[in-house]
Amino acid sequence: MSALSLAFHRLASLPYFYSLAGKLLPWAGGLSIVLFGVGLYMGLVLAPTDYEQGDSYRIIYVHVPAAWMSMLVYVVLAISGAIALVWRLKLAEVVARASAPIGASYTFLALATGSIWGKPMWGTWWIWDARLTSELILLFLYLGYMALQSAIDDRRTAARAGAVLALVGVVNLPIIHYSVEWWSTLHQGPTVSKFDSPSIHLSMLIPLLLMALAFKIHFVTAILARIRPEILVREQRTQWVERLISQRQS
Amino acid sequence: MTEFLNMGGYGLYVWPAYLIVAIVLILNLVVPLRRHRRLLSKMSRHNNLNGPHAP
Repeated sequence: MSALSLAFHRLASLPYFYSLAGKLLPWAGGLSIVLFGVGLYMGLVLAPTDYEQGDSYRIIYVHVPAAWMSMLVYVVLAISGAIALVWRLKLAEVVARASAPIGASYTFLALATGSIWGKPMWGTWWIWDARLTSELILLFLYLGYMALQSAIDDRRTAARAGAVLALVGVVNLPIIHYSVEWWSTLHQGPTVSKFDSPSIHLSMLIPLLLMALAFKIHFVTAILARIRPEILVREQRTQWVERLISQRQS
Repeated sequence: MTEFLNMGGYGLYVWPAYLIVAIVLILNLVVPLRRHRRLLSKMSRHNNLNGPHAP
């Protein structure tokens, strides 16, 4: 075996990843706190007021990162599900199962903050347009995945069943992304992804990107925290976990 | 400061949005960390009863 594939096998082994996750956790957590601190200060204090939406636009600094993460985490769920399905890699099963509740929480935040932003700007908390409805379907996909996981006792079977569900649900991602272009809607069009001419000023864009990065590191922290107990439950009858427990006692 | 909290009249929308985000992001970390700690102590109790050091 090459050095690279050796390193990969080591990383993918559950005992090794359990201890690696424990070491990385405080660093990831600290980094996300710093990023949130800087991003919030720039977004809430330094960034100028919007000439159309006033200060209500500042909800963008949590709404857009949460919405981006709701889709990114779904990609993580689908890819790790596919890896678990094809190669039966245990770490991939653990990652998929741990990512679902976090993704669901980001989706909830995107919907909730969007609703709060919609009230003063559109005059309504909710409309059944394509963007909002497809994002709501994303939430149901996450919840369906989680329900399926808790309904099947055997974690390996649950991982395979969940992976199929997650892969079918991928079709929803392009629908969410292009919904504001395909259908007429109250939701504003893309602001940042038009790289040739982003319709947002740098003083507003930089805090937005910082908050997006803070959310990403928060996801890393949250998934590491979820992976650890998940590994323990799966491996509770193994020697290394028993050794870990007896070391704690002595 | 009052002006900052007022958010140009949109304070009642901006701050609850940020509050919900803060609560959910913190719960995302607190819940699994607590679960991990409880799991470890449950497993070591179990180990005490059935393990090699059992009476």
